[in-house]
Amino acid sequence: MKTVRIGAAQGFYGDSIEAAVATAAKGNVQYLCFDALAELTMAILVKDKRKNEQAGYTKDLPLQMKALLPFVREKGIKLLTNAGGINPLGAQQEILKVAREMGMSGLKVAVVSGDNVLDRIHEFLEKGYPLNHLETGENITTVQDRLEFANAYIGAQPIVEALRAGADIVVTGRTTDTAQFLAPLIYEYGWKEDEWDQLASGIFMGHLLECSAQSTGGNFSGNWKEIEGFDKMGYPIAEVVENGEFIISKVEDQGGLVTVDTVKEQMLYEIHDPSAYITPDVIVDLTGVHLENIGPNQVKVSGVKGKPRTDSLKVVMGYEDGYAAQVIVGFAWPDALQKAKKVDEIIRTQLERYRWNYEEVRTDYLGYNSLSGPLAFQPEQELNEVYLRMAVKAKTKQEAARFSRLFPPLALNGPPTMSGFTGNSSPRSLLGMWSTLIPRDEVESHVKVDVLEV
Amino acid sequence: MAFVKLRDIAQTRSGDKGNMVNIGVFAPNPAIYQTFLKKLTPERVKEHFTGIVEGEVIRYELPNILALNFVCKEALAGGGSASLRLDNLGKCFGANLMRLELDVDDSILQNLRK
Repeated sequence: MKTVRIGAAQGFYGDSIEAAVATAAKGNVQYLCFDALAELTMAILVKDKRKNEQAGYTKDLPLQMKALLPFVREKGIKLLTNAGGINPLGAQQEILKVAREMGMSGLKVAVVSGDNVLDRIHEFLEKGYPLNHLETGENITTVQDRLEFANAYIGAQPIVEALRAGADIVVTGRTTDTAQFLAPLIYEYGWKEDEWDQLASGIFMGHLLECSAQSTGGNFSGNWKEIEGFDKMGYPIAEVVENGEFIISKVEDQGGLVTVDTVKEQMLYEIHDPSAYITPDVIVDLTGVHLENIGPNQVKVSGVKGKPRTDSLKVVMGYEDGYAAQVIVGFAWPDALQKAKKVDEIIRTQLERYRWNYEEVRTDYLGYNSLSGPLAFQPEQELNEVYLRMAVKAKTKQEAARFSRLFPPLALNGPPTMSGFTGNSSPRSLLGMWSTLIPRDEVESHVKVDVLEV
Repeated sequence: MAFVKLRDIAQTRSGDKGNMVNIGVFAPNPAIYQTFLKKLTPERVKEHFTGIVEGEVIRYELPNILALNFVCKEALAGGGSASLRLDNLGKCFGANLMRLELDVDDSILQNLRK
């Protein structure tokens, strides 16, 4: 029986390439698929491109290509990535450049573009699409002049088209995370646009693979102490048959654990209604999914159902939303927490006296409640030490920057033992997210696939 | 009946989308899943996250994998890239839900220990 083996190569911008290399060398895969983008990543890439017109794709792309192109040449493994970010054409050129430098020839590199709709917002509004916020229903006029990026989430079809054109590597902008993983299956098995159950199964496979080790024991909330090899985690590999069912595994001598317990945690990660996980390719229903341990580090997945895709696509926009500054200072026993709380009180009094009206002033106590807030347990013993972390939100960079200057004098003027001052880091810009819907045709009619060869 | 923390009887994982967080809660067996269905209501979860989750909490059921999925709205003080929170991506919501205490039949707990 024909099978298609797909390996997860990257879970986010900044991920290690080690696991992908191990999978390429020992995982017997035909495809390696990367998810390089997240809402935050797009903002980072926009800033890169503003400084340098050639930038705007993930900077680790050339390193990834250097590590993996030998496997493309020797084993015919195909690479699919959305690392193009805000500049997919630039990413294509970068890949070609690396391939040339490595003396490769006959390599086809395809690029998918057309997801970037920042220049079309005005056109959409003129056509009468409201672009209201999906979560809040707010009108876009409140943020329209502050937009930094706007990308439609597009599906697997253009990637399939690239594969049909003979591409060895496909780089895209904001295709969905799961589209990279579904595309090879449509290409290999010829699934039609309305074979909803198969398409849904392919998307769900992509969902389980797109966060790298999160389905092979990473971030496992169960008995995580049992997981071996955190220093060299194996990323998931899916072996998929024609009806869409698949088996998740990993390279055996890499770290991690593949069981129903590790896989099911990833199953619901960032999912809302499990009977309607909406993607550009299909609506996925997970309520009939069956997971089964069929061997060591092998989980079989079946029962995924699909429903017809929607007529609209999601567009995610980022808008400039002010600046944040933060300061962290530590206090030693005795009375560590009281000292930290006193400094919080002093700073807030000063803010009032100077009339520095920040939009938000936030206080956390590191080592006590910074990740649990009001849910923190009362400490049974006095804490050995506590770090005070204060953060503010301001409209301008200047207002944010002056906040940290309030702290150094308190080393001499305030409660005893203030230490561990980590310095004045420069304010970071905050980014608001605006999700909305747009008719599918408006975007898809602009999507382009271009193939170049070295 | 005995009070136990979710830490002792459940797996959890959480993640963000915009200003929302979802928390998957996984039961180790059908008896505990039934307990979750009865006692781990969206109201209970909303109350647990007082001061953290400002909006509605919706619960979805997945009997096929003995799991519940809680979607918490207005949960991140603006969302990942606009929030001043240190857990700006909601990764710790699952762990924080593990603090919640449920009263569970002794017989169910005994079976779990076996």
